[in-house]
Amino acid sequence: MSEHTVPADLSGHMLDLDEDEDLEVFSKSTSLADGSSMPNSPSSMVNQYRLEEDDEEQQNGNTKDIFITVDNPESHVTAIETFIMYRVLTKTTRSEFDSCEYEVHRRYQDFLWLRSKLEENYPTLIIHPLPEKFVMKGMVERFSNDFIETRRKALHRFLNKISEHPILSYNQHFKVFLTAQELAPHRKQSAGFLSRMGETVRAVANSVRGLSSRPEEFTLMQEYLENFSNKICSVNKVTQRVIKEQREYLDELKQYSPTYVQWAGLEGELAEPLKDVASCVERCSKETEEQIQHLSQVLLPILHEYVLCGETLKMQVEVDGLADRVEMANNALKGDWSHWQNSMRTDLKSAFISTAEKNVEYYEKCLAVWELFLLSQRVEPRKELDEEDVS
Amino acid sequence: MSEDGREELVGTDDDSENMAVDGSLNNTMVEEGCTLLGRMEICVAEAEKRSGKNAVNMQETFTVYLIETRPMDAVADGRNPAPDSLWRRYSEFELLRNYLIVTYPYIVVPPLPEKRAEFVWHKLSADNMDPDFVERRRVGLENFLLRVASHPVLSNDKILYHFLTEEQGWKEVVYETGFQAKADSWLRALSATFRVRNPDKRFMEMKQYSDELQSHASQLLRARAKVADRLYGVYKVHGNYGRVFSEWSAIEREMGDGLQSAGHHMDAYAASIDDILEEEEHYADQLKEYLFYAEALRAVCRKHELTQFELEMASQDLISKKQQREELATGIVRTFSFKGMTNKLFGQEAPEQREARLKLLEELIVEGEEAVKEKTVECEEHVERAWVDMQRFKEQKDKDLREALINFAVMQISMCKKGIQVWSNAKECFLKM
Repeated sequence: MSEHTVPADLSGHMLDLDEDEDLEVFSKSTSLADGSSMPNSPSSMVNQYRLEEDDEEQQNGNTKDIFITVDNPESHVTAIETFIMYRVLTKTTRSEFDSCEYEVHRRYQDFLWLRSKLEENYPTLIIHPLPEKFVMKGMVERFSNDFIETRRKALHRFLNKISEHPILSYNQHFKVFLTAQELAPHRKQSAGFLSRMGETVRAVANSVRGLSSRPEEFTLMQEYLENFSNKICSVNKVTQRVIKEQREYLDELKQYSPTYVQWAGLEGELAEPLKDVASCVERCSKETEEQIQHLSQVLLPILHEYVLCGETLKMQVEVDGLADRVEMANNALKGDWSHWQNSMRTDLKSAFISTAEKNVEYYEKCLAVWELFLLSQRVEPRKELDEEDVS
Repeated sequence: MSEDGREELVGTDDDSENMAVDGSLNNTMVEEGCTLLGRMEICVAEAEKRSGKNAVNMQETFTVYLIETRPMDAVADGRNPAPDSLWRRYSEFELLRNYLIVTYPYIVVPPLPEKRAEFVWHKLSADNMDPDFVERRRVGLENFLLRVASHPVLSNDKILYHFLTEEQGWKEVVYETGFQAKADSWLRALSATFRVRNPDKRFMEMKQYSDELQSHASQLLRARAKVADRLYGVYKVHGNYGRVFSEWSAIEREMGDGLQSAGHHMDAYAASIDDILEEEEHYADQLKEYLFYAEALRAVCRKHELTQFELEMASQDLISKKQQREELATGIVRTFSFKGMTNKLFGQEAPEQREARLKLLEELIVEGEEAVKEKTVECEEHVERAWVDMQRFKEQKDKDLREALINFAVMQISMCKKGIQVWSNAKECFLKM
């Protein structure tokens, strides 16, 4: 469906990803050298203004006309460096695309470039964070399988977030990223990081701001973000702690089952039940291992991303709140804001649900293991020991 | 105090708190009429703190346990007389047990619950005054009494009966049996090293088994305690989710309710581990009982070694005396002796002296033969009776431990069911987010 969300009489063609037109719209106002402020071409503002209304429809999922996957991490070795290349597969029915399938290869740097371009182009919008460059904390080796897999998933989510965004999804840099075989020629400008942009904007904003001029909505948003950031950080920490405790529990479990086997070696009749218990404990260990993996690979990365989101957003809101802005810009952020909030709620909700389901599954599997043991001992699983006699 | 002074006491107790332990015991122990437990209902009903002056006149706090007994026939008839009761402290139980060990060295005497908490995991107090510890000890003491009172041999002991029925003066009666002297020499013998030439192979194997049982049971208990400690950590950490979700829910509109109620479930999850682990302690206690039983088993084997050794020594002594007699009688010196030497050097002794010595030797030999006979009987009796009891013990052990393992599985199942419930509830809450 290429029906976009702008009334036909208005700049319907503004959302056409006509490369030159886009560039024209934005490049005038985003010259970093002269420190001018954000893009304020009326038509682009109107487009952004429309965002909120159309959000619901876009979120329905039935309108999804572009599918992106990131996979196949491969190591590339050159004389100077070693890095990982990811395959980015795009399938789309959008008319702006010449073909309906694209396969390109990108490295982490390319993603950084894309994001910085998006930030440049849309400083008022909320752009999903990328996984971090380095993971200091766990001292994960840069090319360890876990690290690469975690990063791959995050990159996948990043591109999908962009593609789900009603505006970002039609950005020409995004299209180039997805389609061009060689990205290098398109990376005309050096990667502009938000900080540079942010600094400039903030500098301008500071010069016109007065504390009392800060709009109330932004104060609220800022407060919310402060708290949200706080809470999501805590949830992240708790989850890390849960994983740590689970791992230590698993270590002890692994020491525990052999003690039953050792004892069984001494015994006659008792040997079999002892060995059975040992194997039950072992199977439960395996389930615990899976549970830990699920936490690390499903819940933790999402939490981590929203920690990053929180950080980024706090900065952005500060920027926007302080800016002496055009009414439109406020609404643009508000619109994107509710899009983000919904997205956040959906993501976290689904991650928590998945975790709860996995835990239920974990206990169900362990339950089955122990019930099987009872059956093998010719005991009814639900009997009360003092009521029936043991056969 | 009992009405007729002796055996018309019948009944079975079912202390509802002791299901896991008593449940298994009652099956092995009901031998009506022929053991004390068949005629008398016994339980350790309560524990209380007391203060008093000890032997060196210092103030001390200790725990006393209430032993209640009731005639079995009264319960069977439907009458419900008040039980007879008396208070005993742990040290008195120890005294009883020491007496039994010394008096019945061929019996694998049931162990007492541990004096101090071992194999603790961090939360469990190692303090003897801790109520949970005291409670588990109460159960253990009752278990001890039930085992002893249902044992085919031990249950007939008068001292045991007095222990259960006469609060005052019991200690004096025990000491009057003179068991203390036996106990001392027994203890010395137990720790001595001596080489036995022909021990009964079965007993040696049993001793080996008891050593290994001790070692493996300890390892298992240690590992279990560590697992319990870690599991505790896992559950408790989830309590943090409760707190954070609650705080977070305050700033959210749509997600607030779901988060808040999910948080409550996380709190419930964290709290549930306390009961789970307390129950598991009973399982650990069942294993510990057999850890301590291993020592008792070993003691029986050692007693065999001792009697066998004494028999060998007595036989050896007899043989050498006989040889001496032969030498004296025939004049032929087979073995080196100082007498032989001095005879050679200084000439033979006078015939009267020789006669006297021969006579003495004869007497010694007669004594020696008696001794050997006695020792042989002692040894054989010990072997016979001990073997019977060791078989009985083995059967009991297999049954009890199998039940304990089943118990353990039942506990795991219960824990899993709770987990399923909590996380299903949490999922429902998350769905409302």
